[in-house]
Amino acid sequence: MNTLVLPQVAPNVAGVAPRAIRSATTEPAWVRRLLIGAALAFMTLFLFVPLAIVFVEAFKKGVGVYLAAISDPDALSAIRLTLIATGISVPLNLVFGVAAAWAITKFDFRGKQVLLTLIDLPFSVSPVIAGLIYVLVFGLQGWCGEWLRDHDLKIIFAVPGIVLATLFVTFPFIARELIPLMQAQGIEQEEAARVLGANGWQMFRRVTLPNIQWALLYGVILCNARAMGEFGAVSVVSGHIRGQTNTIPLHIEIAYNEYQFAAAFAVASLLAGLALVTLVAKYAVEQRLKREETHHEH
Amino acid sequence: MLLSRTLLKRHTVLPGFDLALGFALLYLSLVVLIPLSAAFFKTFTLTWPQFLEATTTPRVLASYRLTFGASFGAALLNGFFGLITAWVLVRYDFPGKRLVDALVDLPFALPTAVAGIALTALWASNGWIGQWLPFKVSFTPVGVWVALVFIGLPFVVRTVQPVLEDLNRELEEAAATLGASRWQTFAQVILPIVLPAWLTGFALAFARALGEYGSVIFIAGNMPMISEITPLLIITKLEQYDYAGATALAVVMLVVSFGLLLGINGLQAWARKRQGGM
Repeated sequence: MNTLVLPQVAPNVAGVAPRAIRSATTEPAWVRRLLIGAALAFMTLFLFVPLAIVFVEAFKKGVGVYLAAISDPDALSAIRLTLIATGISVPLNLVFGVAAAWAITKFDFRGKQVLLTLIDLPFSVSPVIAGLIYVLVFGLQGWCGEWLRDHDLKIIFAVPGIVLATLFVTFPFIARELIPLMQAQGIEQEEAARVLGANGWQMFRRVTLPNIQWALLYGVILCNARAMGEFGAVSVVSGHIRGQTNTIPLHIEIAYNEYQFAAAFAVASLLAGLALVTLVAKYAVEQRLKREETHHEH
Repeated sequence: MLLSRTLLKRHTVLPGFDLALGFALLYLSLVVLIPLSAAFFKTFTLTWPQFLEATTTPRVLASYRLTFGASFGAALLNGFFGLITAWVLVRYDFPGKRLVDALVDLPFALPTAVAGIALTALWASNGWIGQWLPFKVSFTPVGVWVALVFIGLPFVVRTVQPVLEDLNRELEEAAATLGASRWQTFAQVILPIVLPAWLTGFALAFARALGEYGSVIFIAGNMPMISEITPLLIITKLEQYDYAGATALAVVMLVVSFGLLLGINGLQAWARKRQGGM
């Protein structure tokens, strides 16, 4: 079946050697090689090597030290706290993302553009400032400080503050993934479902959700990665109480500053592994979305 | 009910507008808007001279110079290599291309603290890279720049890449037919089309770098006047219970970020128009 060989370049015109003919819209081979080389060198220096050193340093002193570092009680309590903060903030931002995307993409209303800009706001705020604003609201000298103290409630330097800071920095992720997709999908399918007698919930579950499931998953993956890895915002509100208000990134900082490099890199390798899993999942979902797009077009 | 009656521009059969928008607005206010407004209200407790004094001491000015300078320098390097990387990923084939394409997003996925300690170890004077250099990188302002290059790397690649993918090859063929050299085609046909997206990527990388904290503090050395970034100075003031001073600095950074956000929105609108016109 494979006997048909297509010519790779233009047909050989009278006596001109085939290799002399180059498509008018590509570059000479040496330019291509130079550009590929430059891009790879840059990526190697600034991406691959930093990633590699995390794992090399983590296992430098052997598997025993590695296992001891990640099963240290402080490390375990940091992992537990990170899971709690992520487990609360991702679902909340998921509900917000779906609600905001539903209102923005399926209805035409005044102030939509303003709302879109406001949703992006947390991305342009420094993580340090994200932490600071919660200190100003809930800290001892803050707006609610006295009231909280009188009622014996602690938000700053406690778990709720960490959850709030995480909520803030991961706020836009899911909404941002959903909005462009739902915008492109339009409202015809949902309208048809309504006209055919579906109630709101049936319409959402049987029509909307299947249409957005992959973008939703994609947003959750990105949101989750950022929630687990957030450092600056959480660092401001945490108070760094060992075994109580340390998340994984804060635990890494403490170990590193105490010159326990192997332990710091061991715990860091957990997050680096999570980052790699995130990238793989992201890639898989992207392929899926692309395939669905071409599927819809035909 | 109130929301749909006052805001909706036309009648619709779809349900849930009031609930969805109502919840979105409530959540947005509680998590983002009210806390952010606290920064501005807190600053109003300062008089104007006090505000000026808090935001223009020599140490603060030195931190602006470092933060803005290193962010700009990092965005420049990312602008240059980001364009090449996007071009190479769209136009050429080479082994490992899909892996490289997937890993471009690593700085988005890798927590900043992990990036911070990895870069510090690499560029330290006994590190894998640092030992070959005649000058110090870790614990100097150059280290700040290295960290900001890392965290800004995906932006230019990811904004330019889709534009190059959609680029109409016929334009290039036309240019070649009319006698343009490959370089002329690139500089006069391709580059103007890519420019809005490139500027967007550049601005995004710059804006991200301005607020960056986690990856920088490990590698910077954090010496006042030399290698101390503005976000760190905010934390330092906070730890000294100088809430008003910390907030004044935060407001300066917020105003700059909001300005950049508006600029980036404008750039994106321009990029869409450019592309739509093709």
